[in-house]
Amino acid sequence: MNPLSLIPKQAQHIVWPVLAILLLLVINVFDISAILASMGGEETTRPLMSLRFFNITLNDSGQLSGPLISILIHGSKIMVLAIGMTLVIATGGVDLSVGAVFAIAGACVAAGLAQLDPAASSSSTIILIVLGTLLLSLCLGIWNGFLVSVLKVQPIVATFVLMVAGRGIAQILNDGQVVFIEQASFLALGRGYVLGIPMPVWVVASTLLATVVLLRKTALGLFVEAVGDNKSASHFVGIRVGTIEIFVYAYCGLCAGVAGIVYAAFNQSSDPNTSGLYLELDAILAVVIGGTPLMGGRFFILGSICGALLIQTLNSTILFQGFGIQYTLFVKSIVIVLVCLIQSPTFRTSLLSYLPQKENA
Amino acid sequence: MKKLSANTLTLGATAGILLLLYAIASVRFSDQYFFTASAFMNLLTGNAHLFIIAIGMTFVILSGGIDLSVGATLCLTTVVAAKLLQIEGISFPLVVFLSLSLGTSLGAGMGVLIHVFKQAPFLVTLAGMFFARGLAQIISLESIPVKHSGYSALQDWYVFMPDWSGKSGLAYFDGPAITVVHILIVIVLLISLTIAHCTNFGRNVYAIGGNEVSAEMMQVPIGKTKVLIYALSGFCASLAGLVFLINVPSGNAAHGLALELDAIAAVVIGGTLLSGGCGSMLGTLMGVLIFGIVQMAIRFEPGIGSYWTRIILGLLFLTFIVLQRTLSRIVNE
Repeated sequence: MNPLSLIPKQAQHIVWPVLAILLLLVINVFDISAILASMGGEETTRPLMSLRFFNITLNDSGQLSGPLISILIHGSKIMVLAIGMTLVIATGGVDLSVGAVFAIAGACVAAGLAQLDPAASSSSTIILIVLGTLLLSLCLGIWNGFLVSVLKVQPIVATFVLMVAGRGIAQILNDGQVVFIEQASFLALGRGYVLGIPMPVWVVASTLLATVVLLRKTALGLFVEAVGDNKSASHFVGIRVGTIEIFVYAYCGLCAGVAGIVYAAFNQSSDPNTSGLYLELDAILAVVIGGTPLMGGRFFILGSICGALLIQTLNSTILFQGFGIQYTLFVKSIVIVLVCLIQSPTFRTSLLSYLPQKENA
Repeated sequence: MKKLSANTLTLGATAGILLLLYAIASVRFSDQYFFTASAFMNLLTGNAHLFIIAIGMTFVILSGGIDLSVGATLCLTTVVAAKLLQIEGISFPLVVFLSLSLGTSLGAGMGVLIHVFKQAPFLVTLAGMFFARGLAQIISLESIPVKHSGYSALQDWYVFMPDWSGKSGLAYFDGPAITVVHILIVIVLLISLTIAHCTNFGRNVYAIGGNEVSAEMMQVPIGKTKVLIYALSGFCASLAGLVFLINVPSGNAAHGLALELDAIAAVVIGGTLLSGGCGSMLGTLMGVLIFGIVQMAIRFEPGIGSYWTRIILGLLFLTFIVLQRTLSRIVNE
């Protein structure tokens, strides 16, 4: 019997990413470098196994902390970006500019706040600046959507324009410098806690909830899937393909803006030169790991969230095991190749052709 | 014939924009010796690695694919070559051979993944990018200096040439000179033109980019060609890495960051359609020169930060896409 059939149909696409996350968590029970050292015959004082990774402590001010919580905090930007990216990929497009929009949003909010007096800035002005930044990222998304749906430029090319130019815009906004943010009420967006849970996690949760309600409780999600499945057929049944396309790119831009603002608040600064570099690739990877095909059609928002969590767990595991940040990219590349292979029908059939033979023999 | 005329039109537009930009910059920066042979040769030297990468990228884009890994392959090549050159008594040709085969095999590997497992080129080359840069970071996070007699011989060789502006001896060094890098540029251009227009492989690349299904029906060896295309792109990227080491004598895991974006932009500005099947190597040379002139002009212009380069590049890119779409629509009607 196929073990997959025990799992409810709606949850099947997240089985693989969840299993991979669990595997990584199990790996973190062991201290790999200590095990390697003891296998090499060296004396080591460190315990070979510990549950240190799973420590979640509640400190005096009622804030949760621990490695697992920091995965959620650091993974929040990929998760928010992946939510927007899922919709774009569902229509058969791709948005390469989210890293640039992410950087622009951080730069814009930092540039706005730098104009204010840190001590005497009222919360209404701060809210105005945040809303203005969100509007800007929405407009950047609409621009992408305009290129794709009205000028009929391929998505990779259309969003590539903003990917190249966007970082320049962020650098101009901050004059090429790192700009520090001092307003405590704004920093709470990234560093604050509500009910002991960090703010970025709340942001992810509310974005996720809003997106799921917007797409799954209305016909919008169905329209998005229809456009991704077959554009001309959707057009003939009366779906406004152009409007849907502009909507998904605008939504993706908005998500990138939200992530950029929260990240700027978390970092207490905006670095226009490096923030969000190659982040679009992480977001796309998260969506692909989550089971949404790059050709478009069906989409799985929860799958993308799991994909983003997997990427961040991988990053954290490498650092937690003390391997140094230089191993992150290398390991990530191997994960992409594995994901490619697992999803490839050719690879699956050639793998499956081995299995039954063994059973028969 | 229709496609050919659209091709010629875009190539003409690129040449026009290149001449216009060069003329404007020459007038605007005449007191900074922009219109001198020295400045022009420097322009070529500074963008040689970009040009070589862009040639490989042109083949990839002509076939309808994309290669995001080239910047990282360049970076990996500089690091590996620098590391190898530190070994006492290693022969220089051996290092060159090893470096070039590294990039080529990386590219071929990606080509196999793309063709055999039917994966999106974009995703596979992304993995290649992470792989190459990650490997470079694992080898060394520090910069590795290159002090090898082979490289100093390459750096020191040059021949003086006459200056067309009559201002020789005033610019950056004793006068305009032809260096190894310039000779390499010419060789790469000639070889790539030959490959693209005089070989079966070149014709197959155009055929696959034009329409993969009909190419397959006409017995074009899709798999072999695709693997070769990505291997060629990897070869170009590692050759560019070796050229990069002539200009910047150090191997560093941070070299060539976002270079793939510059290369793609230069190829498209050079008139190659991103959907494949239409474009030329000469156009790519012009695209790289446009990129170089914009970069140089921004460096000369007082009061403008270097970050304007990317914005202007983005705008040029956009202009060209819109131009290509309009032109092909007009030609098709």
